[in-house]
Amino acid sequence: MVIVLTSIAVIAGLALGYVNSVTEEPIRLIKQQQLSDGIKAVLAADELTVESTDTLENGSVIYRTDKGVAVQATDPNGFGGKLTILVGFDSEATIQGYRILETAETPGLGAKADQWFQEGQKGNIIGMSPAKNNMTVSKDGGEVDAITASTITSRAFLRAVNMAYEALGKVEVDGESGATIQQKEEKEVTNE
Amino acid sequence: MAFILIFITAIFVNNIVLSQFLGICPFLGVSKKVETALGMGAAVAFVLTIATLVTYLIQMYVLGVNNNPAPLFLLFGIKVNLEYLQTIAFILVIAALVQMVEIILKKVSPALYQALGVFLPLITTNCCILGVAILVGNGTYDAAGMDHNLVTGVWFALCTALGFALALIVFAGIREQLARMDVPKGMQGMAIALVVAGLLSMAFMGFSGVNNGLAKVF
Amino acid sequence: MNNVRVFLNGLIKENPTFVLLLGMCPTLGTTSSALNGMSMGLATMAVLVFSNFIIALIKNLIPDMVRIPAYIVVIASLVTILQMLIKAYAPAVDAALGLFIPLIVVNCIILGRAEAFAAKNGAIPSIFDGLGIGLGFTWALTLLGACREFLGTGKVFGFTCFPEEYGALLFVLAPGAFIVLGYLIAVFNKLKKA
Repeated sequence: MVIVLTSIAVIAGLALGYVNSVTEEPIRLIKQQQLSDGIKAVLAADELTVESTDTLENGSVIYRTDKGVAVQATDPNGFGGKLTILVGFDSEATIQGYRILETAETPGLGAKADQWFQEGQKGNIIGMSPAKNNMTVSKDGGEVDAITASTITSRAFLRAVNMAYEALGKVEVDGESGATIQQKEEKEVTNE
Repeated sequence: MAFILIFITAIFVNNIVLSQFLGICPFLGVSKKVETALGMGAAVAFVLTIATLVTYLIQMYVLGVNNNPAPLFLLFGIKVNLEYLQTIAFILVIAALVQMVEIILKKVSPALYQALGVFLPLITTNCCILGVAILVGNGTYDAAGMDHNLVTGVWFALCTALGFALALIVFAGIREQLARMDVPKGMQGMAIALVVAGLLSMAFMGFSGVNNGLAKVF
Repeated sequence: MNNVRVFLNGLIKENPTFVLLLGMCPTLGTTSSALNGMSMGLATMAVLVFSNFIIALIKNLIPDMVRIPAYIVVIASLVTILQMLIKAYAPAVDAALGLFIPLIVVNCIILGRAEAFAAKNGAIPSIFDGLGIGLGFTWALTLLGACREFLGTGKVFGFTCFPEEYGALLFVLAPGAFIVLGYLIAVFNKLKKA
């Protein structure tokens, strides 16, 4: 009895180990591919090189490239869980593009946020900058139109955008990057 | 304060049954009477909390996390990450745990065994146990801004189980009343029960966003 | 001939969703669109066919006392293999179904068929039983997903039928899952009697 059960478990374990070793590489490649595709998409560039990667304490990840900076930020209070986005900024901290990386939102609605805030859509945020614009939903006195019937997702999304911008400022103030950006950033902060 | 936030979020905002769709089978199957619903709710709360505690420790020390080598095997100088065995390890632990709880309860507290005993075998295939164990093991549950660790994980599991019990008991109360109603023939039984569950889920949707507001208050 | 009957049995007469009411968690949780429902159904079918086949082959080697744990090990291994394959070769499906893939382990349909069919029949009929029940589950989930997607967003499989603004979002959200399934079961009951 024990022998049978043990042998089944051992065979199962070996089979799993084998499949794991086969699929490990493709899974890693796909993750890498998704990340580099995402960075290219949010910076509107076909070709770029990532120069440095920083991870902040609150989980934001900053990818500095030759075409701008892409920041991954997570808001914990989206509809039904956390919402993770990737936002691309140019040297003026103007938003170049964004992409939803992870959402606990109902699939139909999460996909909506993917479109809603893009250029030419109702809630367009491309070309705005958290430094100059009040990036909250219009219901809260901001400049961005919320997705119809999903204010919570819209709020979470914009919180994440602002978080990404803050992350941008943080490292810049630390002086880890180009001086020109640093000066602009600080000026804008004082303007507020 | 974050503990209160987890409590409210897990029970009302992201109710495991009515908005996450885990544990539907017992929700529909054991909800004809409030009394049995109470028993099932208590049994799930009991097992879910213990199971999460054990599976979390197994994940951390025996399987390993984030592609890091597992600490237990590291002691013997073997660098191995066994995360891919998560599902199989967790389900076996849960099945064994349920058996153990049954045996221990029988010996230690016959009264409690009388009350919960019949529900225990059903719990192994209750997907909210494995579901919560995986969420906590992977650290993908809502910890209200706190770290994902043993304390928040187990607290989250307990609150989730309370949310399950709440949904189950409320639903059973409604179904007891429903049994006396004149329901059209085609809708009798499970059909009308599901529509009622839908209305209940709609009511719980009213809590969405409450956690964000509370996060500001605290 | 017999195999064909076993196969058809699962599609209508013993449909796991509408008649046996098994595997309700993935049924409700993954059917926000027709495509998601279908992916879940096919994933479950894959596990079911292989678990039925393997269990029918090894059933004589397993002592009766450790029957259930042995079945669980077989099913959990198959699910994990499927999970790794999906992650590696169909990441979009992994993103859409998420937690519900490992939870196929506790889907009562699979353990139920292992006990009720594979443990009593040969390997070949067990494959047909797995296919029949699996397809029955798949079409039920696809139909439920299509209804919710249509009512909620005006689309079926992503093709627009009416403008999205006229859809009732509720049907894509959690309550819609319960309500649509309730009415589908009522319709199925009615049709079965007729």
